[in-house]
Amino acid sequence: MRARHVIAAGAAVTASVLMTAACASSSSSTAASSAGTSGSSSINDATCASLSACGGMNALVAAAKKEGHLNVITLPDNWANYGTIMKDFTAKYGIAINDENPDGSSQDELNAIAQTKGQSRAPDVVDVGTAFAVKGDQSGDWAPYKVATWANIPADAKDTNGDWYADYGGYIAIGYNPAKVKVAPTSLKSLLNPMYKNQVAINGNPTEASAAFSAVYAAALANGGSLSNIAPGISFFKQLHQVGNFVPVTGSATTVQSGQTPILVWWDYLLASEVTPDVPGFKIVIPSDASYAAYYDQAVSKYAANPAAARLWEEYLYSSTGQNLWLEGEARPIELQSLISAGTVNQAANAALPPVTNQATLATTAQQSAAEAIVAQQWSSVG
Amino acid sequence: MAPVTRPVINPVPGARRSFPLFKAGLWRWVILIVAGMYFLLPLYAAIRFAGIKAYGDLIGASGFTSALWLSVRLAIITTLITLALMLPTTVYVHLKLPGLRRLLESLTILPIVIPPVVLATGLLQVAPASLKNTPYILALEYVVLAMPFAYRTIDAGLRALDLKTITEASSSLGAGWTRTLTQVVLPNLTTALLAATVLTVAMVLGEYTISSLALYTTFPVWLVTNDQSSATVTVAGSVFALFITWLVLLIITVAGTRRGRRTGRQVSLFTVARQDNRG
Amino acid sequence: MDQTATAPEPVTGSGAGPVPADQAGTASTVTEVVRWLRRVAGVVPFAAYLALGMLIPMIAVIIGAFRADNGSFTLSNVKMATHGVYLHGYWESISLSIWASVLPAIFGLLIAYAIFTAKRGSVLRQLVITTSGVFANFGGVPLAFLFIASLGSGGLLTGWIQDIFPHSWDGSQLYTLSGIVLVYMYFQVPLMVLVILPGLEGLRTSWREAAENLGATSLQYWRHVGGPVLLPTFMGCLLLLFGSSLSAYATAEAMTSGTIALTSIQIGTFINGNVLAGEVNVGKALSLGLVLIIAVAMAFYVILQRRASRWLR
Repeated sequence: MRARHVIAAGAAVTASVLMTAACASSSSSTAASSAGTSGSSSINDATCASLSACGGMNALVAAAKKEGHLNVITLPDNWANYGTIMKDFTAKYGIAINDENPDGSSQDELNAIAQTKGQSRAPDVVDVGTAFAVKGDQSGDWAPYKVATWANIPADAKDTNGDWYADYGGYIAIGYNPAKVKVAPTSLKSLLNPMYKNQVAINGNPTEASAAFSAVYAAALANGGSLSNIAPGISFFKQLHQVGNFVPVTGSATTVQSGQTPILVWWDYLLASEVTPDVPGFKIVIPSDASYAAYYDQAVSKYAANPAAARLWEEYLYSSTGQNLWLEGEARPIELQSLISAGTVNQAANAALPPVTNQATLATTAQQSAAEAIVAQQWSSVG
Repeated sequence: MAPVTRPVINPVPGARRSFPLFKAGLWRWVILIVAGMYFLLPLYAAIRFAGIKAYGDLIGASGFTSALWLSVRLAIITTLITLALMLPTTVYVHLKLPGLRRLLESLTILPIVIPPVVLATGLLQVAPASLKNTPYILALEYVVLAMPFAYRTIDAGLRALDLKTITEASSSLGAGWTRTLTQVVLPNLTTALLAATVLTVAMVLGEYTISSLALYTTFPVWLVTNDQSSATVTVAGSVFALFITWLVLLIITVAGTRRGRRTGRQVSLFTVARQDNRG
Repeated sequence: MDQTATAPEPVTGSGAGPVPADQAGTASTVTEVVRWLRRVAGVVPFAAYLALGMLIPMIAVIIGAFRADNGSFTLSNVKMATHGVYLHGYWESISLSIWASVLPAIFGLLIAYAIFTAKRGSVLRQLVITTSGVFANFGGVPLAFLFIASLGSGGLLTGWIQDIFPHSWDGSQLYTLSGIVLVYMYFQVPLMVLVILPGLEGLRTSWREAAENLGATSLQYWRHVGGPVLLPTFMGCLLLLFGSSLSAYATAEAMTSGTIALTSIQIGTFINGNVLAGEVNVGKALSLGLVLIIAVAMAFYVILQRRASRWLR
């Protein structure tokens, strides 16, 4: 139900993303296919672009087991349930996972791909923001791969060639500690109330951290702005700062628990997986005046050290097991709607998601980069 | 000879005139107490927040010893290369090329203003794969990061010495350059070398940006990986890192001071020069 | 690193060797060149290392600053980096760095002097040296948290202060430029202690005693003896602290989330952010700006040092 809103909303993404992606990917796919034909065996795990092209599940599992390792990058254990996901994958296939730079950014992932070409430590798969998925695609970093459930990923949440594809996402939400916040905030506008003095934070610098940027975007939607007009969001935080409610620190589980930022505006699934375990009774609500959602994306590196394991990892993530594990981390998996239709969804986890009242429309890349440029120029005026 | 002259040159504070020295003692304690409060109170707030249990969770996490051992090895290698590179160069420039001192000063300060990310990506772009495959590539880059500290401390130490007289005295006694450097100049630079070592070791033990970008699990990277299980463990982790670094530094300083004293007794020229200095 | 091992060798025969006086024009020019080469040989290992470890990344920064995303030459990165919020960022960074270097330099000197006058090899001295090493390299989010938890709103010390002086400090002041100065002192002061301590050894107690025996006051001693000996070192350390606070980044970021425009934070948003994709080269142009600022500071330092040495004579 809730997921449908996001996915339906996803249809609003304009064709511009896909066109850029498709243009850039055409060169990489030619390169990939020529490499595939020159390979000695009929199956080349470094280039096969679908489960059947990789020889089917059994062949892929065998090849991945032979590699024995999977290199992932920037996946913190408590982020969208990745800790459990990685453990379960290792237990299931006996493939050890090296997780490097767990606190890194999307840009770090692109840098790592460029720096480790040809090494055994090269990352096999990435989990990046859409702008970086597109950027990596333009540099020809990705190997196209369409998982078995490819059809269940909404058309506008993936690259047509299979270079990248959305994995999970969520909504901007208000998290608060009821022990310190007596009156529950229900909307972003309500945060301006003087009773929340010195209580409200976001997770970082909006010109650098995408969650904080999204909080500004949501604030714009709540204050008469739109996906094409983020300026009201900046004005909102300026006002929040002037009334003394905005605490400009990087809000996290630590600052909520220690009492400096009892109210934190962040992704709903990160509030759930990072703050809730530390703060008893922590509440998460999606603001009534702003529904802003976004997804992260998966891609297989063209320079993967363990290409078969990389493809097996994607198959695992997009199986009902992988999708439900994200859901258990209170993230919304991209195939949630199909899981619900097929009846394979984890009902309890689905029911635990914070309810969404308004439909979210996903920003297009063009809207997003225009908004980023404005935030980069104007954010410091908040202080 | 040394034991006789020492009390004259280096009088015990407070021995002669009580009033000004009492004053001196007082201001010293005021400064140290204010500084102590400034440094310890925020630390206390953090320790109080983290509680005790969090430390247990941390030490129990896997990979601690191998990550720490990698960082310690990197610290040792970095310090050795840094000192082997900077000490002779700085001494040499002081003695033979004083005109280059300004240039050296400008060049060695640059690493501090170039963002480590830029240094790291620059290095990782050009380094051969064989080098990138070993964590010791980090030590090579850390040497560059250590230069601003190492140059400045050694330079300060050399300015405090009458280097020319000491080296001339040494060579007139027939000592070669290597001997002059190791047996005369070096022992007179104990504080400078100690400060440079302490800064370099602490820098390496805490360096996160470059090692995480180069995809190596050093101690700080291990800490970030393992201290995110809860907020208190995160804070405990940073306090823990401070404590570990402090422990390693303490071991180094105690060992370093012992060695310095032993050498002092063996080489008479060193003893004389040193005494004049410490006066 | 093989070049490091060779460092001391070339010195032995260099420089001081007398040149035979009866040599003719060209021959002596050649000898001059050879002499110069031999003299410079002593810094070759260092220069080689610096070239590999720093010059190459530096060149990458310079090239990147003038390069568009498609690889062609452009001035747009530099233009962007010198206008609007980025130009403002330089000024904020410079004023922050002046405060965050002058204040810690003074306090650091005082602490170092307090340690220096304490007994050599004493426990206090070793404790301060090692502790300084630890704190001098402390920073980032953990450091920010130390202060947020103690002096932020609802912090431990904030509570104590408010009990004594209500309405004075409510914690929000911590997230201003002066608040950042206060936090930066946490690593700047110990850094100063460690870099100035070796320089203090130049102050020989015998001089002070001689001055006292001649009836000089404390002020006169510092004006004519202590000051001139220490000043060049002190100013060099000041420059180091200036550079160190100019580039410090993670702590200010965690405390202000970019609500104060600082160049180091702006560089971070381009180079390793999650938001602005594909503008890494603007970050490089900004880095180039920092290098230029430190170059200007260096020039100031040289002029000031010349003036000061004349004044103190």
